[in-house]
Amino acid sequence: MPAPNPRLIPLYRTMARIRAFENAAEIASQGGVQAWGLAASSTPALVRGPLHLSTGQEAVATGVCANLFREDLLTSTHRGHGHTLAKGADLNRMMCELFGRSTGYNRGKGGSMHIADFSVGMLGANGVVAAGIPIAVGAAHALKVKKSPHIVACFFGDGAVNRGPFLEGLNWAGVYKLPVLFICEDNRISATTPTGPMTAGDGPSARAKSMGIRCAKVDGNDVVAVDRAAGELIDSVRHGNGPAFLHAVTYRFKGHVSVDPGAYRDPKEVEQALAYDPLRLARNELLEAGEPPASMDAIDAAARIEVEVALAIAKSSPWPEPASAYEDIMDSGKGRWR
Amino acid sequence: MTPATMNYAQAACLALQEAMRTDPNVVALGEDLGRGGIFGQYRGLPQEFGPSRIIDTPISEATIMGAAVGMALAGLRPVVEMRVVDFALCAIDELVNQAAKNRFMFGGQGRVPLVARMPIGLWSASAAQHSQSLEAWFAHIPGLAVVCPSTPADNYALLKASLASGDPVVYMEHKELWGIEGDVVAGTEVPLGKARIARRGKDLTIVTWSRSVHDCEAAAETLAKEKISVELIDLRTIWPWDRETVLESCSNTGQLLVVHEAVQVAGFGAEIAASVAEELGIRVKRLGAPRIPAGYAQPLEDESRIGAAKIVAAAKKFLA
Repeated sequence: MPAPNPRLIPLYRTMARIRAFENAAEIASQGGVQAWGLAASSTPALVRGPLHLSTGQEAVATGVCANLFREDLLTSTHRGHGHTLAKGADLNRMMCELFGRSTGYNRGKGGSMHIADFSVGMLGANGVVAAGIPIAVGAAHALKVKKSPHIVACFFGDGAVNRGPFLEGLNWAGVYKLPVLFICEDNRISATTPTGPMTAGDGPSARAKSMGIRCAKVDGNDVVAVDRAAGELIDSVRHGNGPAFLHAVTYRFKGHVSVDPGAYRDPKEVEQALAYDPLRLARNELLEAGEPPASMDAIDAAARIEVEVALAIAKSSPWPEPASAYEDIMDSGKGRWR
Repeated sequence: MTPATMNYAQAACLALQEAMRTDPNVVALGEDLGRGGIFGQYRGLPQEFGPSRIIDTPISEATIMGAAVGMALAGLRPVVEMRVVDFALCAIDELVNQAAKNRFMFGGQGRVPLVARMPIGLWSASAAQHSQSLEAWFAHIPGLAVVCPSTPADNYALLKASLASGDPVVYMEHKELWGIEGDVVAGTEVPLGKARIARRGKDLTIVTWSRSVHDCEAAAETLAKEKISVELIDLRTIWPWDRETVLESCSNTGQLLVVHEAVQVAGFGAEIAASVAEELGIRVKRLGAPRIPAGYAQPLEDESRIGAAKIVAAAKKFLA
């Protein structure tokens, strides 16, 4: 019997919490407007607007963030619940934000697509593909100017590698030897379009290598492998060796948004992917190491209860006052709206 | 403080130098800054502050602006150099979706204090991609302040006010004003959103900004000889614009002409004219460039220029 990896239980717990949060958010997002071929419902959705789920990709956020300190910074994508939770944000306030309530992290102004907790260094999910890259690079530049010991983790998807800021940002980080870890969370699909046929050459890692950036490619569903690879790269980044790049290959279980059934995908491909669930892999590894199933069952149950509580808090939380639509915009000309 | 004579570029340089001496978090980044900037508006600063604070960047406008957002979130106060506003169009997402929206979208968790310098205007036969005046674009975006200084004194004071504002500020110098000289008194403060009455008059209010202020001054001289008394307002800040000063002047003169170098259609003059007409019900008139790209050859470029003669003609026709 192999020796149990002492990191695996907490890694499993983080993944279970992300999965439970997103499963609940997904259910809460059903109803309301007609979308993606689904009929309109008279029951309004509790989570409105686009909800991009990272279900199936939990091991990437979890494995990377397990190697970060609270003071390290992070930029995310439009699919950012996992990154936010793994960085240490409060699950209740996240759910409140998804429900658009005044108690949410963004006071109801951002929702899922802009989920953020600056207090744990999570500088925001972003509605624009690759937009987090220049922001991460700038934050890392500031850390270097300020001689801070901290680093930035910059998450983006495989679609982002075909946008200009990817090239500009990686080049910039290389030129100034900035403390940033780039994580290409490669779920192999750009909205509804497979990314492979849309990407020339040998893909994300090859592009990073061409700029002299240290690179590792990893099975993004194997949380232990992500944890180990991220740990090594982050260690290098922290020691002032400049940027590094982690290419984590994973799979998006759900459609582009929660109400997208994803019918454009090959059912066989989806079936195979579901069997290669990162939570199942981690559970199996724990079982093989002698951990009783009850340990994982208890973690799963605790996550579900935590999410039930969050749903109850979110449902009973107040809406933002309409007047708050005029707050936190700018100080210059405050009070002038026309 | 005794006034010192300096040009428009030197005035901005002085403002930035003072800010950088006072606050170690102020940095500047952009292409060619290591050699003092292509217009000399950073001359001497690389020597004084070194490459970690006057940051020479690759030709990567999107990342220059986006990095400045990240820098601001991590505690710096970046000054972004875009060289010309036309290049800033490569950084629109970073300015409009990221810098301008950050504070609101994240519920006030962060602030983005950055000053984005993006010079506007026609400039020595620079043709269609180096000549635009796009201040109205940015005035349309909630979250951004827009500043258009016309004199060395204002380029000093307004750059300092922009740096101090804590907001993302679109700071639009005019490329044909770099060399103009004027008196600058160090320490002078001008708040954003406060217009300057450049000339007192009683028959007609002219509201303008940037380089057109100088053309309007020349036009007002000519009109004065024909017994037409012009009250000339240099708006200085496009957003927030000084409604009170404009309305007060217009209620005295009863007639408004707005002049700008930008294309007239959907220019910021339309906003001012409409606001004044709604508020006072007086006659309003606009004079801006025709909706044509700036041409290279002099006769073509001249079609886009709003010189004193066109302003005089427009004013006389309006008052006739």
